[in-house]
Amino acid sequence: MQVQLRSPKEIMKLSRLGCFHQSKLSFLRSFLEEFKDWKYSRDLFELNKDGYGKAVYSFSKNNRTYSLVCFANELQDEERSDRVIATKWDAAFALHDGVPTKKDIERLYDNVPKQEVGRLSFKELTLSRANRSVRLFNEVVNSLSNGKQPDKKILSKVGYLYRTTAVYGSGKFGLADRFRIKNRPELKGPFRLEMMLVYLVRQFTFDQINHIAQHKNPKQFVKLDDEIAKGLGIGNSTGLGMAPFIVNHPTLLNNWVQSRENILKKIREIETVEDSKFKIFYNCLVKSISNVENWNTDSEFQKNKIKELLNDINKTINFLDTLDKSQSNLFNIIYKWAETEVCEECLEYLVSMFMEPFDDIVNQFKHEMSSDEDKYFTIPSHRKVIELRDILENHYSELIKLDFNKKENNYNFWFISKNKEEPRLGNRFEVDGSELEQPLAIARDIKKLYERVIVFKNSKTIAEFLIENDDLRHVVRRAFIIEKFPYSEILDNTIGEKLMPIDMLRFKLSFFGAIKFDPRSDKWLRICMFQGAPLPNQLKNFDDKWVYHSLN
Amino acid sequence: MRSLSEIDTISKRASRAKGFSWGTSEEIGKCIRLLELFGLSGFKNLNKYLQVYNLNEFKLTKLIEKNNNSDGKIHCPISSGINFLDQIKNLEKHQSIEFNKMAYPLLFLPFLSRSSEALGKKIFVKLDEKQFIFNFNQSIFSNYSKNEIWESANYILITFLPNDNTFDEKEWTEMTKLANETFVEESEELKEKSAGAGLIDND
Repeated sequence: MQVQLRSPKEIMKLSRLGCFHQSKLSFLRSFLEEFKDWKYSRDLFELNKDGYGKAVYSFSKNNRTYSLVCFANELQDEERSDRVIATKWDAAFALHDGVPTKKDIERLYDNVPKQEVGRLSFKELTLSRANRSVRLFNEVVNSLSNGKQPDKKILSKVGYLYRTTAVYGSGKFGLADRFRIKNRPELKGPFRLEMMLVYLVRQFTFDQINHIAQHKNPKQFVKLDDEIAKGLGIGNSTGLGMAPFIVNHPTLLNNWVQSRENILKKIREIETVEDSKFKIFYNCLVKSISNVENWNTDSEFQKNKIKELLNDINKTINFLDTLDKSQSNLFNIIYKWAETEVCEECLEYLVSMFMEPFDDIVNQFKHEMSSDEDKYFTIPSHRKVIELRDILENHYSELIKLDFNKKENNYNFWFISKNKEEPRLGNRFEVDGSELEQPLAIARDIKKLYERVIVFKNSKTIAEFLIENDDLRHVVRRAFIIEKFPYSEILDNTIGEKLMPIDMLRFKLSFFGAIKFDPRSDKWLRICMFQGAPLPNQLKNFDDKWVYHSLN
Repeated sequence: MRSLSEIDTISKRASRAKGFSWGTSEEIGKCIRLLELFGLSGFKNLNKYLQVYNLNEFKLTKLIEKNNNSDGKIHCPISSGINFLDQIKNLEKHQSIEFNKMAYPLLFLPFLSRSSEALGKKIFVKLDEKQFIFNFNQSIFSNYSKNEIWESANYILITFLPNDNTFDEKEWTEMTKLANETFVEESEELKEKSAGAGLIDND
């Protein structure tokens, strides 16, 4: 039986992208798979009794070493801010390519804590900073120093000791450009080095908290239990900075979504599903309920989504319990049922769960998720205007129906703030600066392009069209990209009044493997990464379904 | 050291600030990145060009022809470059293309490099006494390597090089003969026992 790929017009809507969840394809899970047989070590740990100082952690294999250099700093409570405008953090980190020399560490000490205003070199790969979850951190220190393990209930409510507020890579602030490392086999998947940094930072948080607790009360101190540590991840606060990324990397966006869609198609096409495979799926689904139950947020928007999700997961389990599992194309039957019976949030949750039993299918796609955007940058200007018109009508049919003369469709504009060079979103009718709008209003500009194309002579070339329409060159380029990469575009209005920017953030974070999305407004959210993941010294032999065995 | 990613971003934004469209600014960012990757001083030249961009009146050549005269002005390297790249498939019919007077000609070069890739042919360019060969956007061969601001060129000649080899048949035969020494001499026994198909396959 042949199943059609789901249409981009259905999937690439923002409300749907905002329902995506972590899966076996997620970058943090594929990072652990890739690095599980690398040698992990803590190479340096020089902290004072209060936990301030420096540390180095590394992964090595053959002649390659990646080293996380950590600097923990004293920070007053009033200086602690997760916002991007902060200038000081509890700890700052850089992932160094190789083994750092003493000189390297000195250079990094002068620059890494400064983050955006420091300078890195091509020997550094990623850069980050993090703040303590103060209340929880102090509580754990107190427990351990008094000889007691911390209360799991309190831990699970927060889920992490530290949260990062930005992770930079790919040439930012002098870091190595991607071209220097892209051919390394261990990095053939997006964001591998960002994932490595976050993962090693997590270990640093455990080591630091043990160190502080031990110095506080050496006689009574107990070490944080490994099983409890495993149930803790790393938090992250994410704002609008992430949103433009998925617009500015169209072929990468395509490769992420297309991989997911191809996997779903293949799973739905499996004629005979072995009982053991179905059980893996079923067990993961059942176990995952506690993750959803412990998904805490103050956001009414998210609370409603969680409630609906939980309800529909239980509904699905009831359906599965009564389902004849010997039927052909079992997963297609489940999918078709879910399409009409559960909410979008649950439907996409099930798509992620479907992957759990099928390593053989998922693994084929893990290495197809990177992309070289430059390869598709040059516009095929020898082609004809009629071809461009066809592309616009086929791929953007919904967007070209929008009326941007209506205020609600042309409500917002994206801009970059001068002080932190960070993307922002403003109401164009209330905030100054719309003349400096970033080219992220793709729907509006595609509509503009269509209006010009339909009055241009069909037989003319794109080169001739561009002579008169250079202002739309950026969307002409995108149109020829979507022709080859059907999932490369958010098929929605990114400047409309009803836009929920967190849908864009959540989509990207789901591919990272984040869980427990906690929107703090419509423009930023908190998440948790690596909660339940094996510790570095447990990587040799770990259960790859760890994500369903957190503290809960 | 600034990364190529930073160079690309700053070049793009600075160009946009000077009034280039977003699409053109994206092209400029990529081209300056390319020049810097090849060790040519693109950033320095773009910086200078953007400083004078609104002060001088440049010839914004739209349709590229065999002979491109600046009509008393001086060609804009960006406008000439972008349109050259866009129109490259149509320009191939000319064996050579000429421009007189071009401002900051180094900025024109990455568009030629990308044109070489788009066309699938090497491109030879003479800018006054300086010469460049663009090899499918993979490398640039040149007698010029100064890190300087190059304000203008008086005459530019662009030639599309045929896809010819650099060696003749005699040299090919000599090398092939040597290469064949890695093969095992054929014998009747080998034909029978080691070949895939049968000796006669009339079935």
